[in-house]
Amino acid sequence: MIKIENLTKYYGDFRAVDNISFTVNDGEVLGFLGPNGAGKTTTLKMLTCFMPPTSGSIMYNDMNVRDHSMEIRRMIGYLPESAPLYEYMSIREYLDYICDLRNIRGPKRRERMDAMIETCGLTRMMGKDIGELSKGYRQRVGIAQALIHEPDVVILDEPTVGLDPNQIVEIRNLIKNVGREHTVILSTHILSEVEATCNRVVIVSSGEIVADGTTASLQERMADQITLSLEIRGDAAGMTEAYSSLEGVEKVHSVSAGNNGTVQLEIGVQRGCDIREAVFRRTVEKGWVILGMSQQKTNLEEVFRQLTLSQGAVVQ
Amino acid sequence: MTNVIPIFRREMFAYFYSPMAYIVLSVFMLLTGWFFTTQVFLADDSSLRSVFTTIPFIFIFFAPAITMRLISEERKSGTVELLVTMPLSDWDIVLGKYFAGLGLLVVALLFTLPYAITIIAFGTPDIGMMVTGYLGLVLMGAAYVSVGIFSSTVSKNQVVSFIIAFMIIFVLFLLDKFLPVMPSYLVPILQYLSIDYHYNNIGRGVIDTRDIMYYLSLIVFMLSLAKLSLESRKWS
Repeated sequence: MIKIENLTKYYGDFRAVDNISFTVNDGEVLGFLGPNGAGKTTTLKMLTCFMPPTSGSIMYNDMNVRDHSMEIRRMIGYLPESAPLYEYMSIREYLDYICDLRNIRGPKRRERMDAMIETCGLTRMMGKDIGELSKGYRQRVGIAQALIHEPDVVILDEPTVGLDPNQIVEIRNLIKNVGREHTVILSTHILSEVEATCNRVVIVSSGEIVADGTTASLQERMADQITLSLEIRGDAAGMTEAYSSLEGVEKVHSVSAGNNGTVQLEIGVQRGCDIREAVFRRTVEKGWVILGMSQQKTNLEEVFRQLTLSQGAVVQ
Repeated sequence: MTNVIPIFRREMFAYFYSPMAYIVLSVFMLLTGWFFTTQVFLADDSSLRSVFTTIPFIFIFFAPAITMRLISEERKSGTVELLVTMPLSDWDIVLGKYFAGLGLLVVALLFTLPYAITIIAFGTPDIGMMVTGYLGLVLMGAAYVSVGIFSSTVSKNQVVSFIIAFMIIFVLFLLDKFLPVMPSYLVPILQYLSIDYHYNNIGRGVIDTRDIMYYLSLIVFMLSLAKLSLESRKWS
C-alpha cells in the first residue's frame, strides 16, 4: 500500500503540487488523470525517489521515501515520460544492462529477459538497435525495463503519448495484463485511457486533487448530472448572472457568442431538477429569445472538463 | 560499490560502439607519433622526452572530448531520470563514469608503449624516468578526467561541457607559467595549485607524496563537486 499525505512541491516560487493526499491499495491500477501541467509528472517523480517533496510524506507500506530510498527504488519499476532509452544499444544489450543495475543474475536473468521480450511483444524486433525502433516499440522496451525485476509497484508516466491508435490499444492491453499481478500507477491526460485500463482514478488540476474514486463510481456520480444547452438571442453580458440565480443551477458555461447577437450557453443542472420551464420564464422576463434548448446527460469527457477548468469561460 | 562496474562497462562499450573512441585515439596517435618520430629521427635523441612534454598539451583537449558526453548526454536524452531512480547511489554513477573516462585515457597511453619499446630496443634510455613519466601522465590524466566529469554534470549541452572542462584545465595548467610576473607571496600557492608543476616534478624522476597528494585531492574535490551537481535536482 502506498500512502501519500499532504504532499507539496515547490519549484522556486511555483507550487507544482499542492497538498495532495491519496492512497493506492495493493493490486490496484490507478489512473492519475489531469490536464498538461497539473502536477502529474512532478508527483510521480517524488513517488520514484527522483526528488524529495517540499513537504508531506510518501509511505510505501511502512517505509518513508526519505529514509528508505534504496529499498523503495528496488520495489519500483518506472517508465519516465517519453521513454528515454539508450539509442545505440540493442534491446537485449539494454535489458542486460538493466539486469546488471537491478542485480538480476544467473539463470534468473535469462529467464526474466525472455519473459519480458515475450510479454512486451518484442520478439520480432530483437536484432534491432533501440534507435531504429518506432515509438510504440520504444515504449514497450521501456515497459519491459520497468517490469524486469518483478516490482511490487509499476509507475508509468504517460505511457501512450505519441502512439497511433493501434499501438495505444496494444499498450493498454499490456498494462491491463501487468495490472493483474502488480500495483500500477499511470498518468495520462486522456480520459478514455483511464476508462479502458484503470479501476481507480485520481483527477488532479493545478496541483490539487479534484476527484478520487473508482471509475465506476465516478461514472455513476456523473451519470445523472444533466447539462442544458441553450441558444439565446439577447444581451450576452447579463446572461450568466440571470441564469445562475435560478434554483437548481450548478454552473453556467457560456460556450460562444455567435453572430447577430446569439449566445450559446451550457448550464450544469443539479441532480433531479428540471429547470427548463424556469429558464423559459426567466428568458421571457428579460425580453430575450430562446432559439434552441436541449437537455443532455453529462459524459465523462465533460465531467473531466468541468472538474479541471478552474472557472467557466467568460462571455466575450 | 559493486554497481560501479556495470556503469563502467556500459560506458566503455559506448565509447567503442560509437566512432568517438576511434576518432579521438587516431588523433592522439597521429600527434604523439609525429612528435616521437621527429625527435628520434630528426633530432637524433633517443628518449621519450618530446612525447612526455607534448601529451599534457594533447590531454587538455583529449580529456574534455572523452568526458563531455558521459553525463550531459544522459541529461539531454532523459535517461538520467531512469538511472538515478535505479537502486544505485549517486557515487556509483559518478565513479562508474569517471573510471570509464580514465579507462579510455589509459588505453591511449598504452598505445604509446611501442614508442617506449622502440627506444629501449635501439637506445639506452633511463628506464626510471620513463616509468615516472608514465606515472605522471596517468595522474595528470586522472585529474583532467575528474574535471571533465564535473563539467559534464553541469550542462545538458556537450559543447558547453567541453568548454567548461577545457577552461578549468587550461587555467590549472597555465598557473605556473605566470610566476615571474606574480608577487612573490603568491608564488608558492600558485605553484602548488598548478597541474603542470607537479607533473614536471614527477617527470624528473622524483616521486614525492606532496605531488601525489595534490592529484588525489584534486580528483576527490572534482568528483565530489560532480556528485553534488548530480544531486542538485533534489534542491529546488
